[in-house]
Amino acid sequence: MSTALFDEPGPRARRRIRIATVIGTLAALALLALAVRQFAANGQLDAARWQPYATWPMWRYLLTGLWSTALAAVVSAALAMAFGLVLALGRVSRHRFLRVPAAVYVEVVRTIPALLLVYVVLFALPKYGLDLPLFWKLVVPLSVSNAAAFAEIFRAGIRSIERGQGEAGLAIGLTHGQAMRLIVLPQAARRVLPSIVSQSVGLLKDTALGYVVSYAELLYSGKVLAAYNGYLIQTYLVVALVYLVVNASLSKLARTLEARRRAGPGIPRRRSTRA
Amino acid sequence: MSVLLDHLPELWQGLLVTFQLTAASFLGAAVLGVLVTALRVSPVRVLRALGTAYVETFQNLPLLVLLVLAFFGLPEIGVQADLKVTAIAVISVYEAAYIGEALRSGVNSVAKGQGEAARAIGLTFTQSLRHVILPQALRTVVQPIGNIFIALTMNTALAAAVGVVDLTAAANRVNLLEAQPIPIFVGAGAAYALIAACAGFVTGRLERRLVILR
Repeated sequence: MSTALFDEPGPRARRRIRIATVIGTLAALALLALAVRQFAANGQLDAARWQPYATWPMWRYLLTGLWSTALAAVVSAALAMAFGLVLALGRVSRHRFLRVPAAVYVEVVRTIPALLLVYVVLFALPKYGLDLPLFWKLVVPLSVSNAAAFAEIFRAGIRSIERGQGEAGLAIGLTHGQAMRLIVLPQAARRVLPSIVSQSVGLLKDTALGYVVSYAELLYSGKVLAAYNGYLIQTYLVVALVYLVVNASLSKLARTLEARRRAGPGIPRRRSTRA
Repeated sequence: MSVLLDHLPELWQGLLVTFQLTAASFLGAAVLGVLVTALRVSPVRVLRALGTAYVETFQNLPLLVLLVLAFFGLPEIGVQADLKVTAIAVISVYEAAYIGEALRSGVNSVAKGQGEAARAIGLTFTQSLRHVILPQALRTVVQPIGNIFIALTMNTALAAAVGVVDLTAAANRVNLLEAQPIPIFVGAGAAYALIAACAGFVTGRLERRLVILR
């Protein structure tokens, strides 16, 4: 397979590739061996330290945490998407008084760390008499910050639909709102689905902030377990593995959707998607 | 407003730490990211697989999990390091996955014919990389890299959750002391927004200078 960088390998290139394969494999194995040695030298490989994670009660506890993670992610995603859609519609609106505030919100919130928003909800709002339950202390800042990201995704989707689509709607007598709702949005939604899924992976990653809020999601459950059994590295590695499996599956889904969208019949795309 | 002025030294110190974290992590992420890209576009299958595994792993793990794992796990296996250094290392490793992905899509955006033409007129690999591939690839990645830089700045705040006293942590401490959340958090937010605005301005300028209309 030739690429922009390399031609189809000839005999000499194939030999070099074989050498690089051997060296690469050896380097990877050496790194792995170093890690294992470091673990072993500090007694972190003792079966006793890993044994708890072969038992059901530990996993039940972690899976309960995963369930809370999923719950927080789903609720935040739903809120953020709804709010994001409103913001996107505001940004493409014909009215200045809708366009400007929506743009300001998106541009400002996009540049504020989620942790700062969490601190605001944790430490600032109670002072003004708004002490939310733990779940909402995590969900509200996540929704606020991800709404801006979803708004940009939806806006890009709406903008990617050919002008003629909306104009045709107006020509057959639909109002602006109807043309948007019946013609533009359904097509835009289909186009941005992969981005939505990958942004949701980002949101799911953000729920790890429950660690700060003390909401018992996956990472916080790990913290509790580690404090209980004292096996720090083992616990957090298991937690990381669970995150990895869940998020990698979701990312895979996003890629499948993207591939299907590209391959599918659909509407021919005229605008280039060069970012 | 006076709260901000009274606690200017602490907040300024926090801002400096945020700057340090951002600059050092971005540098580290850039170096690692180039390495990961080199792995991912190489003709050697094992190296490609390693690069892909790296990107897949670090894009799918929350940064906070990595930070917690490094802060509490590394001392357990006998790796002791300064808090800030650990944070910089972890953020670099994490963001390198994103930079690697952005650079790779930049290299892939260069048409195959460009490289073939470069080789046909007798350029060596380095020459075709330097004169043909990279100039075109870099142009398309300025905006994505700028966005990664902004995301990285936001992500350095997570170091506050594991004990590094950056701007977010400083703002939080001052607030616990003074209980005047509005000016303090608005001030901290404004500082982050300012950093992001600067980054946006720079990438905008860079892109306009690099763009070639066809």
